[in-house]
Amino acid sequence: MTTADLSSTSSEFRALITQVDKRRHRKDRTMRVLIWGAFVLAMIPLVSVSLTVVVHGMQKLDLDFLTHSMRGVFGGADAGGIYHAIVGTLLITLFATLISVPIGLLTAIYLVEYGRGSLARAVTFFVDVMTGIPSIVAGLFAYALFAVFFGPAVRMGVVGSVALSVLMIPVVVRSSEEMLRLVPNELREAALALGVPKWLVVIKVVLRTAVAGIGTGVTIAVARVMGETAPLLIAVGTIDSINTNLFSGRMMTLPVFIYQQYQQGLVPCTPGQQNCIPTINYDRAWAAALTLIILVMLLNLIGRLITRFFAPKNLG
Amino acid sequence: MAQRIDVKDLNIYYGDFKAVADVGMAIEPRSVTAFIGPSGCGKSTFLRTLNRMHEVIPGAHVEGTVAVDGVDLYGADVDPVAVRRQVGMVFQRPNPFPTMSIEENVLAGVRLNNKRISKSDAADLVEVSLRSANLWTEVKDRLNRPGSGLSGGQQQRLCIARAIAVKPQVLLMDEPCSALDPISTLAIEDLISELKSAYTIVIVTHNMQQAARVSDRTAFFNLAGVGQPGRLVEIDDTGTIFSSPREQATEDYISGRFG
Repeated sequence: MTTADLSSTSSEFRALITQVDKRRHRKDRTMRVLIWGAFVLAMIPLVSVSLTVVVHGMQKLDLDFLTHSMRGVFGGADAGGIYHAIVGTLLITLFATLISVPIGLLTAIYLVEYGRGSLARAVTFFVDVMTGIPSIVAGLFAYALFAVFFGPAVRMGVVGSVALSVLMIPVVVRSSEEMLRLVPNELREAALALGVPKWLVVIKVVLRTAVAGIGTGVTIAVARVMGETAPLLIAVGTIDSINTNLFSGRMMTLPVFIYQQYQQGLVPCTPGQQNCIPTINYDRAWAAALTLIILVMLLNLIGRLITRFFAPKNLG
Repeated sequence: MAQRIDVKDLNIYYGDFKAVADVGMAIEPRSVTAFIGPSGCGKSTFLRTLNRMHEVIPGAHVEGTVAVDGVDLYGADVDPVAVRRQVGMVFQRPNPFPTMSIEENVLAGVRLNNKRISKSDAADLVEVSLRSANLWTEVKDRLNRPGSGLSGGQQQRLCIARAIAVKPQVLLMDEPCSALDPISTLAIEDLISELKSAYTIVIVTHNMQQAARVSDRTAFFNLAGVGQPGRLVEIDDTGTIFSSPREQATEDYISGRFG
């Protein structure tokens, strides 16, 4: 083979590998633009909502606002706060979590570790149905349930907790189920082969391995129900003062507080009136909204820390 | 510390499907018995019936008897959990518990059963078990590190240590070296030869050289075709199986004419 031959083959080969497939190139660019566009489009509402809430909420949000209730506050007075609503939201969600996590987790364990045949299929079906229950219906259900025992017009924190747990249980079941299924079967077999009874395998190996994921799932479920308004409006009602007893009387919650303040609208201040801000109700609503968002974010942060703490460590 | 296993007329099912048919054999104490045969012939399935791990799979069941030291493992009054404490198992892929340290992995059989054990007893058990698994010198300075941080071969030896920490009579190994490199394989094979003085060992392997190297007796399993149950073709001293087997199928398989 001569040198000329060699160079000609080499240039042919160069043509083969440097030739750009124009169609593929175009397709690549179009898809890239589309995907970036979708991302930006999705970010616009998120950024806009956060900015609006922060800008409006910061005006009223201070230590005073966080540590006082609305007791005795009326008109356009620049006073009052959301302490009662924060306490209410935290207590009601905490109790809802205490109801939902055991039920949800045990259901998930049944479905993954023990459930076979028609009963397991029925449970899965009803969990799916529960996921679709509108929150107002959950509120009406909890109200109707308690009205049977306490008579009509019953309003207590615990009724709200039950309503929220109806919404939470399917979320907890679903996310825990996914996490339990992710635990490799080899670990179950390894423990069984060591002569460990099945219930201990489930508790000490399966749950221990999946605990980080389950924790994340629970936090997401809590964050989701924390902002529920409708069921709490029906089941818990509203109140201006602090009530820390879940089993007696109405309680205020952050979402309901936001709704109530917004409902009251502008204050009709007479010109020159002292200590009267026309927009005070809106300001309180925005500040409460910001507090609610911060609470949910704090909860997510705690969830992440739990995940990091419990996650299986692989680095030697 | 070691027991004889007698298997008689054993049929193994997955639901309605008969996976292994009519197995009968005697496994001698303090020896290594190897199971060889093509994929799907039921060696692993049969192995898992020896510590009642087979029935962990939904629908799986057996007919026949597996007697360890004269006691039928499938007797009505036998607790499968107790059987597994006497007949330990090592799996194909090393599976240390990812949430546990090396030390906790060795103690898993004790701790997971909620048994109390004093600190000094625990430390002794960890050292003895890791020494028997030839892993002590490599990990003694990092017993608190995660077990999953070890190399594949070390993880498998950790799993062996975990299995012998329960003090079983019999040790079953399901292709323990198939996920390991030759050097780790050699380490495990040396370990098997040491362990057979104390335990009855049954090993499933796809590697015929390995069967020839480590085992005293070899059983050859085969299946007539897809959908047919696997059967025991013959069991004999390893030397005999590899030099002058009685059955033509065995000779074809070990000489590489099929499989």
